[in-house]
Amino acid sequence: MTLKLDPNLSDPDGFYAALIDAHEALDAEASAALNARLILVLANQIGDLELLKAALDVAK
Amino acid sequence: MTIQDRYPVKHVLYPYRRSADQDAEVPARHPVVIVGGGPIGLALALDLGLKGQKVLLLDDHEGVGLGSRAICFSKRTLEIVHRLGAGAEMVAKGVVWQKGRVFHDRDEIYSFDLLPEDGHRCPAFINLSQVDFEKFLADAIDRAAEKGAEIEMRGKNRVDAVETNENGATLDIMTPEGRYRIEADWLIACDGARSPLRDMLGLGFDGRVFEDNFLIADVKMTADFPTERWFWFDPWFKSGASALLHKQPDDIWRIDFQLGWDIDREKELKEENIRARVDAMLGPEVEYELDWTSIYTFQCRRMEKFRHGRVVFAGDAAHQVSPFGARGANSGLQDTDNLAWRLDLVLRGLAGEDLLDDYDSERVFAADENILNSTRSTDFITPKSETSRRFRDAVLALAADHAFARPLVNSGRLSLPCTYDGFGPDDLEGPARSRPGAPAPDAPLNEGFLLDHLGWDFCMLGLGVDVPEALDAHGLAVTGLVIKEPPDLIRDRYLGTAPGAVYLIRPDQHVLARWPSFEAEAVRAAMARALGKAGR
Repeated sequence: MTLKLDPNLSDPDGFYAALIDAHEALDAEASAALNARLILVLANQIGDLELLKAALDVAK
Repeated sequence: MTIQDRYPVKHVLYPYRRSADQDAEVPARHPVVIVGGGPIGLALALDLGLKGQKVLLLDDHEGVGLGSRAICFSKRTLEIVHRLGAGAEMVAKGVVWQKGRVFHDRDEIYSFDLLPEDGHRCPAFINLSQVDFEKFLADAIDRAAEKGAEIEMRGKNRVDAVETNENGATLDIMTPEGRYRIEADWLIACDGARSPLRDMLGLGFDGRVFEDNFLIADVKMTADFPTERWFWFDPWFKSGASALLHKQPDDIWRIDFQLGWDIDREKELKEENIRARVDAMLGPEVEYELDWTSIYTFQCRRMEKFRHGRVVFAGDAAHQVSPFGARGANSGLQDTDNLAWRLDLVLRGLAGEDLLDDYDSERVFAADENILNSTRSTDFITPKSETSRRFRDAVLALAADHAFARPLVNSGRLSLPCTYDGFGPDDLEGPARSRPGAPAPDAPLNEGFLLDHLGWDFCMLGLGVDVPEALDAHGLAVTGLVIKEPPDLIRDRYLGTAPGAVYLIRPDQHVLARWPSFEAEAVRAAMARALGKAGR
């Protein structure tokens, strides 16, 4: 399997709004902590180390 | 006595004239009074007048003004005004467009095409000044009046007070020659976002204010940029946090710059300061005139209910959105489309007043959809927190190289007509786009287009299926239209794999129900639901 870099979200605007809403009223530190937890949850969903390393490369 | 203009009038259309009502001993009573001669009030007056209703429109100016400047008019709006007899001139004068490009700094990161298919009378969008839009509607009102439509427009008639009861409203009206009173069975408030009527009735208008200022400059120049909507985040020319460039008719270009929250309005509105921003964008060698400039802030809000007894609110008076997405005037036109046939049936005694409650629920639903889309766009353009900005910038950074991030780029999701899901029955395994609740899709038919054939009444559309020429349903005549051998595009948009179908379509061209075959009782039952005669 290779990293998906084509659009794959079923509702991009809905996802983005939910993401921003999750950070509502959080200060910078709490937001960063939320993001860290979120990345770990999503990483588990992906599972495959090679895919995760490819995603890290895209983000870097 | 004078009534001060709040903005300059471009075309005087209904100069103040003394009306017999001003000398009446007892206040004259009118079936429908519309307050506000903007695009929404004009379209509603025209629609009701063409349906045979007597309409009085009051405005505190004497014609089309320069107070507000919508420019993007959507396909659905054009279909509505086409039915009203004003569409052809608008499309002829307007700048037709359907593509948009979004840039980050210098890089194109996203593009969209709003109508990637043929076979529609109306284009995805035209850009046309609100002044011209209103003028074409007013011209159509004149033509309708010549043919007998009873539409009266009174200029410099300002409503200063209103009293309501269960049978209607009494209005105190100020004119250059003093005050008078009239009564109305129905009062329709189309008096804009600051709606004085809403305030007089003490009704709320809650929502969000976005902490940002935008400078609009309409500039006149001859330029050969394409007729596309161009939007920049963090533009390389540094004239604002974001910028927009969009062509209008008559060599006018709409330019928007995002200025931020803490600004000195007066300083920013000085010509030399506006020119500095425009020069940076266009290059110092480009010559242009400033046609109109303004600084505005956004709000997304709506009234809790649009119907208050015999007073009904439409357009910006009822709901307000940020301009990204062109969901203001376009949703207001859909309000009038939804309201006119209902009010007509109620005034004729063919339906009860409850029919107006469905205007309320459907258009509140539509307003929420518009506010949601408009709020999301504005949150992307004007991030409300540091984290929100960081995600926005991450999307922009990734979008240049990676397709997955592009659908997240949000510079405005452009107005689409609302689908009122929950209508039915839907007994056809037909295409989703023409499902009950959706606006009937257009398609070529004979030498013209399908929507032109649907008429002004409820319509049974038989596609490869026979339906009677007319069917009586609860005192109303439902008109039949048969297309024996539907052309391919009608098949695609209405049948899919079904061999034939019967569609029941409302006067505002929204699909009520569909079946694989014709049964009179099924049509009558669907009509009963639509007319509120089936219990709720």
